[in-house]
Amino acid sequence: MKKLLNAGLVGSIALLAVLAFMLPSGCSKKEEVKETIKIGAILAVTGGASFLGGPEARTLQMLADELNAQGGINGHKVELVIKDSGANPEKAISFAKQLIEEEKVFAIIGPSTSGETMKIKKIAEEGKTILLSCAAAQVIVNPVAKYVFKTPQKDSHAVQKIYGAMKDQGITKIAVLAGNTGFGKAGRGQLEKIAPDFGIEVVMAETYDKKSTDLSAVVAKLMANKDIQAVVNWSIVPAQGILAKNMRQAGWEVPLFQSHGFGNIKYVEAGGAAAEGIIFPAGKLLAPELLADGDPQKELLINYKAAYEGKYNEPASTFGGHAYDAFKILCRAIATAGTDTEKVRDAIENLKGFAGTGGVFNFSPEDHNGLAIDAFAMWTVKDGKFAPYNK
Amino acid sequence: MTSELFLQYVFAGLTYGIIYAIVAIGFNIIYNTTGIINFAQGEFVMLGGMISISLNQIMPLPVAIVLAVIITMATGALIEVVFIRWLEKPSVLRMIIITIGLSILIREVALHIWGESVRALPYFIGNEVTSVSILGARISPQVLWVMGVCSVMVLILSVFFKYTLMGQKMQACAANRTAATLCGINARNMVTLSFVLSAGIGALAGCVMSPITYTSYDGGTGLAIKGFTVAIMGGLGNSMGAVAAGLLLGLLEAFSVSVLPLAFQDAISISILLIILFVRPQGLFGRKDAAGLKEF
Repeated sequence: MKKLLNAGLVGSIALLAVLAFMLPSGCSKKEEVKETIKIGAILAVTGGASFLGGPEARTLQMLADELNAQGGINGHKVELVIKDSGANPEKAISFAKQLIEEEKVFAIIGPSTSGETMKIKKIAEEGKTILLSCAAAQVIVNPVAKYVFKTPQKDSHAVQKIYGAMKDQGITKIAVLAGNTGFGKAGRGQLEKIAPDFGIEVVMAETYDKKSTDLSAVVAKLMANKDIQAVVNWSIVPAQGILAKNMRQAGWEVPLFQSHGFGNIKYVEAGGAAAEGIIFPAGKLLAPELLADGDPQKELLINYKAAYEGKYNEPASTFGGHAYDAFKILCRAIATAGTDTEKVRDAIENLKGFAGTGGVFNFSPEDHNGLAIDAFAMWTVKDGKFAPYNK
Repeated sequence: MTSELFLQYVFAGLTYGIIYAIVAIGFNIIYNTTGIINFAQGEFVMLGGMISISLNQIMPLPVAIVLAVIITMATGALIEVVFIRWLEKPSVLRMIIITIGLSILIREVALHIWGESVRALPYFIGNEVTSVSILGARISPQVLWVMGVCSVMVLILSVFFKYTLMGQKMQACAANRTAATLCGINARNMVTLSFVLSAGIGALAGCVMSPITYTSYDGGTGLAIKGFTVAIMGGLGNSMGAVAAGLLLGLLEAFSVSVLPLAFQDAISISILLIILFVRPQGLFGRKDAAGLKEF
């Protein structure tokens, strides 16, 4: 026992000596080293939602490197802890607990999908940790939770945009398809709720599995109903492309509308010729060069797009933009309010006129999304590329 | 229901059914020579699709497909030689766990090589919007490719097992391994061959279906579950039973959409699997006495 004690004593003295030796060398730079801010992120880097989580994770990494190279926020370096949930809500839950309880992160960015966000909303609330979700469903911020914010545009606004375009085309009877994810369920709910306001009737509605690889049977079913004038699909999975293919192969030529989950050019590539003419709402990132010169978003959109595409050699998507907005909003709030969670939370809630990739954010205690309907523009697919939709 | 609509469902069902059947036959070939279920069967399908997509960047489509099938067959052989061959009298449980481990391993390797996004081969004829009209129903020509290639594979396999010496040797190992060994058949080589064969047919199926279904690194698991359901339905080890059961399941799934919400599609196949395991564990087309002799 005595020996052990001695050994322990010698060990700790040695350790102290080493520390003492290291300290002066650290201070000799004459630079105040402030503590690092740990930011957690839960993103679907792999799995069915990887077209969302992949660009989001890459965007965060890029921004964090950039920020640290410039000296951090007021001297605080930023450390990212990115967890890949694979769009699995159970994994998101355990990562959220891990980030809050073990890693003790300052804030969490993500998750990528609405289903995951809804599962961890309460965990962030109880852990008093700021959550900046990159998922779209309105239920994330309605009802408002004190610590939960989201950067993508609201799904109700997307629905209103789509119905507006339908009204212009004289479409009154539609079919709705949705993936069985949180995003799909929330979207289907909004579509059915808002339809009467625009004089539109949802004639048929179907939900498909997020892993679906063929929808030709359900296309046959919908096609048999001659009343249907257009189809709206609400999902974030590759089925967005599969549905387009199955519809066109079956010779069904009604307009196909997609949600703002379509804003990654890879979905267009996956749909090939069948993706031509798809109409969908999305942020202005898809073609920032077409914006008016005075637009507050124009410069930052062009810069982000160029930086991302230069670094990762793939087209930027609106999804990477959601992570961009979350990161920038958080940094701005920390820059103005310091490193106290409560103060930073208040700073986000009071942020006004902040231009991001998704639109101009005006947060308030009632609105933890901060975007208005004009954050959306309508897009279509032309010659394998995104193009503005003009009726 | 109009006749066009009916046919549209039939084609949707047959496309899927024949793919399930091919995966199930892959299960059966290995089951027959080793008595185990190779849960990495779905991964062979994924590998075939992924490798051909990569090769297609630098070479014409037919060459890419042939090479992809050969590479996948070599992978099958490698897996057998490295993980299975040297085991002395392994228990069924141990083999199952090994193959489940292998399927996870292959999936993770594929994730690192090809990343998380979905990919697809180009359509063999036409593009995403091309369709042909058959008796009023409109389908993609690729559907005919899938049905054609898979049917030819089934035919060639049944000729192989019935009329070639090699096929008969494999059958002999399946019937009674000890007796076959006593007759001078190298049972171990037959096991390797069975892995090569089932990897090959899986890979080819993976190539022809890729334009329709896309290929992603984790696409094998779902197929393996459906294929396993079909293999059980048809009676484990019974390849013609697998074809019949595969088509039946495909048609059931397609027509279920016409009466039930789409969301129930997968629940139907799993319910069928459970019912059959409870009521007729030897499968729809299997014989009870024969099933009793098998160890699994």
